[in-house]
Amino acid sequence: MVRMSLEDLYKEVILDHYRAPRNKGRLDPHDVVLERNNPLCGDEIELFLRFDGDTVEGIAFEGKGCSISQASASMMTEKIQGLSAKESGALAESIKAMMAGEEEGDPDALGDLVALKGVVKYPVRIKCALLGWNTLLEGLEEGGKPRG
Amino acid sequence: MSLNADVIRKDFPIFETLAHGKRLVYLDSASTSQKPQQVINRMVRFYETENANVHRSLYELAEKAEAAYEGARSACAGFIRARSDRSIVFTRGTTESVNLVRFSWGRSHVNAGDEILITEMEHHSNLVPWQLLAQETGATLRYLPITDDGELRMDLLGDYVTDKTKIVAVTLMSNVLGTINPVRDLADAVHAVGGRIVVDAAQAAPHMPVDVGELDTDFLAFSSHKMCGPTGAGVLYGREDLLEEMPPFHGGGEMIREVYDDYSTWNEIPHKFEAGTPNIAQAVGMGAAVEYLTDLTMEAVREHEKDIAAYAIDRLQAAGATVYGPADIQGRGAAVSFNLGAVHPHDMATIIDQEGVCIRAGHHCAQPLMRRLGVPATARASFYLYNTPEDVDALIDSLEVAKGWFA
Repeated sequence: MVRMSLEDLYKEVILDHYRAPRNKGRLDPHDVVLERNNPLCGDEIELFLRFDGDTVEGIAFEGKGCSISQASASMMTEKIQGLSAKESGALAESIKAMMAGEEEGDPDALGDLVALKGVVKYPVRIKCALLGWNTLLEGLEEGGKPRG
Repeated sequence: MSLNADVIRKDFPIFETLAHGKRLVYLDSASTSQKPQQVINRMVRFYETENANVHRSLYELAEKAEAAYEGARSACAGFIRARSDRSIVFTRGTTESVNLVRFSWGRSHVNAGDEILITEMEHHSNLVPWQLLAQETGATLRYLPITDDGELRMDLLGDYVTDKTKIVAVTLMSNVLGTINPVRDLADAVHAVGGRIVVDAAQAAPHMPVDVGELDTDFLAFSSHKMCGPTGAGVLYGREDLLEEMPPFHGGGEMIREVYDDYSTWNEIPHKFEAGTPNIAQAVGMGAAVEYLTDLTMEAVREHEKDIAAYAIDRLQAAGATVYGPADIQGRGAAVSFNLGAVHPHDMATIIDQEGVCIRAGHHCAQPLMRRLGVPATARASFYLYNTPEDVDALIDSLEVAKGWFA
């Protein structure tokens, strides 16, 4: 994979979602809502989940913080909607492994999300990118859904 | 008496390195300062020619180590105009110094129903120890409010310093707002009710003259690493009579006089508070940093920083930034917190790093203050004796780049 410059990362991926976040706002009714933050930086996410059986039928978020935290959450909601809880959990774990440098990240499975890999070069920002995903994993657990 | 920062920079080898291939623009000295060659060399010389343990060995080399260590203590005493070296306890830094007061003076003097007064602008290191002391003792922790301009509400002092107040803990210079606080007035107020004052000078000591007599402070804490010295060393100044009556902090070697099976007696101050082998080379390095600053004079350092901070604030405001803290340069130091419209501080710090500019972004270990200011985070550029107007210009240019990305 061609290594993305910081400018490309921002301009091609992050800023689009930051300026026009998908699924931003409350989701009512919902089965699970939880609020998490990065105590070090003050980034905040409030994540709403609604299940239909084992499917994540609805997902939305509120939040404030840096562009990477908010854009990553926006991308996450786009990708997760309609997946099974198990698939969602597996994807979140796979993103975490990619950010930890443990996995290359499969472009076919990740789609746009593979761009998040650009953040790996900026270690202090990884926790920003993972805030939404960690919140999702907790939300699946709180909803009584099996992890991937 | 004014400083020539271009000459001073040559003392700091770090400025020979590049950041992303560009000139290193280091604007995070409020977090930790860079180190001059003189300090680095002093520590190398200690390890090469004077290294031994202190206070316990009888050979010539140990005497050299002891002379170096105690010489550093004298230098630190002189630096804050303390009357006696016995008032100077070496610690790991400001945080340990504050915790020493919490454990030793605090636990033996603060009781349920008493009040501990801090301010809305305290760094966590001068906040959490008092929160813990309040929880341990049943005392009440109160916060003296600040104005929107980041100055203490001294008009409310009568409501906040009461006959229950045992401790006032306050920063001399805010690490976020730059505010220089009227510590002497707080000292007078708490002394009038029989309480004690603890001054966090972590930001002040590196940047302005500090005189513990003029401030009439009971305790004062500062760190080596923010004032051109190494990490791992710091000072707690305490009034001699208070240190004498206080119980020890850590127990162990060096702090004792005699040890029996079931009790011990304590060494003289300040050694009573220096259990175990101290960070000797670091203390010696701190002494060298004090000498470095003293040669330049702290008055000159302060004048230089007033000039550079005033220039930075002007240019930041012209670039559209919201700058926090007092507007009058006479009442503030050179830590300048700001926000720039749509560019979140984290994004800003990452982007301008690519231009070689190092700033801090986040809550600056002052979460209650961030809530008071109503912002989740700020960016902070903090200046020191080696920063030049060219550094300010580089900051502004890099901010234009960041703004461009978000435009």
